[in-house]
Amino acid sequence: MNTIRKQDIILAGVGGQGILSIAFVIDNAALKEGLNVKQAEVHGMAQRGGAVQSHLRLSTERIWSDLIPRGGADLILSVEPLEALRYLDFLKPDGKIVTSSNPFVNIPDYPEIGGVLAKVRAIPGSVIVDAEKLAKEAGASRAQNTVILGAAAKHLIVDEESLKDYIRVLFEKRGEKILSANLKAFDLGRAAAE
Amino acid sequence: MSKEILLGDEAIALGAVQAGLTAAYSYPGTPASEIMEYLIRSNVRVGKYVAAWSVNEKTAFEEALGVSYAGGRSLVSFKHVGLNVAADPFMSAALTGANGGFIVVVADDPSMHSSQNEQDSRFYAQFALIPCFEPADHQEAYDMAREAYELSERFNLPVMMRMTTRISHSRAGVETRPTRDKNPLHSGARECWTLLPHLARGRYRRVLDLQPELVKMSEESPFNKLVLNPDNKSFGVIASGIAYNYVMENCPDDPTRPSILKIGAYPLPEVLIRRLFDHVDTILIAEEGAPFIEQAVKGMFGVAGKKIIGRLTGHLPRAGELSPETVRPALGLKPLDRRALDKLAGRPPQLCTGCPHTDTFKALKQALKDYPGGTVFSDIGCYTLGYFPPHNAIDTCVCMGASIGMAKGASEAGLFPAIAVIGDSTFGHSGMTALRSAAVADANMVLVILDNCTTAMTGGQPTFATGDRLLAIVEGLGVPKDRIRVITPLPKFHEANVKVFQEEIAHKGISVIVAVRECLEEAKRKNKAGGAQ
Repeated sequence: MNTIRKQDIILAGVGGQGILSIAFVIDNAALKEGLNVKQAEVHGMAQRGGAVQSHLRLSTERIWSDLIPRGGADLILSVEPLEALRYLDFLKPDGKIVTSSNPFVNIPDYPEIGGVLAKVRAIPGSVIVDAEKLAKEAGASRAQNTVILGAAAKHLIVDEESLKDYIRVLFEKRGEKILSANLKAFDLGRAAAE
Repeated sequence: MSKEILLGDEAIALGAVQAGLTAAYSYPGTPASEIMEYLIRSNVRVGKYVAAWSVNEKTAFEEALGVSYAGGRSLVSFKHVGLNVAADPFMSAALTGANGGFIVVVADDPSMHSSQNEQDSRFYAQFALIPCFEPADHQEAYDMAREAYELSERFNLPVMMRMTTRISHSRAGVETRPTRDKNPLHSGARECWTLLPHLARGRYRRVLDLQPELVKMSEESPFNKLVLNPDNKSFGVIASGIAYNYVMENCPDDPTRPSILKIGAYPLPEVLIRRLFDHVDTILIAEEGAPFIEQAVKGMFGVAGKKIIGRLTGHLPRAGELSPETVRPALGLKPLDRRALDKLAGRPPQLCTGCPHTDTFKALKQALKDYPGGTVFSDIGCYTLGYFPPHNAIDTCVCMGASIGMAKGASEAGLFPAIAVIGDSTFGHSGMTALRSAAVADANMVLVILDNCTTAMTGGQPTFATGDRLLAIVEGLGVPKDRIRVITPLPKFHEANVKVFQEEIAHKGISVIVAVRECLEEAKRKNKAGGAQ
């Protein structure tokens, strides 16, 4: 019997934090598993240090809209905590957040971080990881995006090994060191979310 | 058949390549840039063709038109405002017609994510009396590109492909088909391609006479699809492009589902529209961009006995892009339950830390401190972000190249100091003619050219006027050599740079200051490493 498998994910962060890399990995893993995929992303002006988001939709059924409706997302996956809150109205009543705890402060009125994290914690089942620390520990300080992907792994409907396959595809051209750091970042993120 | 995950922009590009593309041209602009990015990146891998950035959209259009004249299949792509730049050849190309298949891909940016205005290019297709395809999904983008070439060669007309941001920049799987061979070359007939008045009148008559055939094409097109629901005689929907997806996302798959006419091919299919109107009483028109279909269907007086709702009646927002949730109330559905959204500090885009523009703006602002009446006329590029604090450095942004002409005009009206600020790529695009005009008049203004050696905002495409070549162009346009100053925008040269600005503001007549330092992102791209991309 066919059961419907579907998941709507908002990816969030600040331009330059590697949102589209996370999207690439999840997209391709889902496609390999035979799911339909639609992924809307932001290009252009906002990529210059502004708020960026990507709508990622996976389903065994036909996917109509390129955008997730407000109130329809199962998961917000964010590389920055304030950015996780920016899309709260997209989240289903029982949706979850996986986010980094590390603020990216490039605006003068960035709110007090304790309050930001408290708002994330108020969402039941939310996961907060110190992506900055774990990325450094993995050996690539820019791999915070991969840490967050790892932290979200058990909530995703795609297989963990498929995700790792596409981390390899994405990073193998950047050399062995970057690749192994990203695989480690993934594992550290996943362990931190346990 | 094979399936690839592609951006909507890339699906069109690949469709064109596999339709036997000979050559494609473009100028960068969000959300259209990825079409040419893909063509350049995929050359050899998916075909062998010419794919190149041009100096501006008009040039790109004319290059593509030349390919069509020679018999090859050609493509030109740009954003909606790019078509304004190319409007001159665009309107007349409808008269010359196409010899080899010619598609004009225009990506509109409703909600102005990365644009200075909101335009709907379907009006241009109607204006020029040419067919237009508007895909709802990626497979259609691919299929329509291939079909557009067949249509273009069947009617000997350019065909527009209209994209919008959300379809340009979303990814989905696309099934591709084998590549068709390129056309052998065969030049166009000179009596068709020489628009002398007596010949142009005949060419215009040809386009007018073709209109009924184009409507017939549209009626029969697989891209226009009417599904009548015999159980629902009250409510129907006309939806085009990506708006169709939002309607389908929300419509229940049960006997209450409205009858739906999906529009993907223009001119509008009159018979299909009439059949929907004969079936239902109330018709919602959902379209991305302007109320193009709604206006056409409604006319000035509406349709007797029918209620037509959409953007003009307030059932959908009049401006901006649609979304899955904005169409729900128009379909008579309640919003989904969702969490409340707190008011959060905004995070607008900004200049990168250490960006050369920041140092140029600092020096310029300091030099302008003694002149409260000074105005900085700016242009389109990353430096437009100089509007935001802490820079607060620019006062205008209108269209590509506008800074120079506006500064000249303002200076001639008596405004002082009149400063124009433009990037190297934008200067190459449409600043040169304006500078020629300002130089001839010796207008009392200072032009600052920010030479960061790239087209930064759209992702680092090559620029046609940079470095020594740029200086030679400025001199060639008639600016006296001693009034062309070069500075290096770095904090350590701040005082010296302020002095250069002060001297050139004090000079009565035209001056050009070129601030040369490579874009940081560009330097990073050349030396790419690390986790994120």
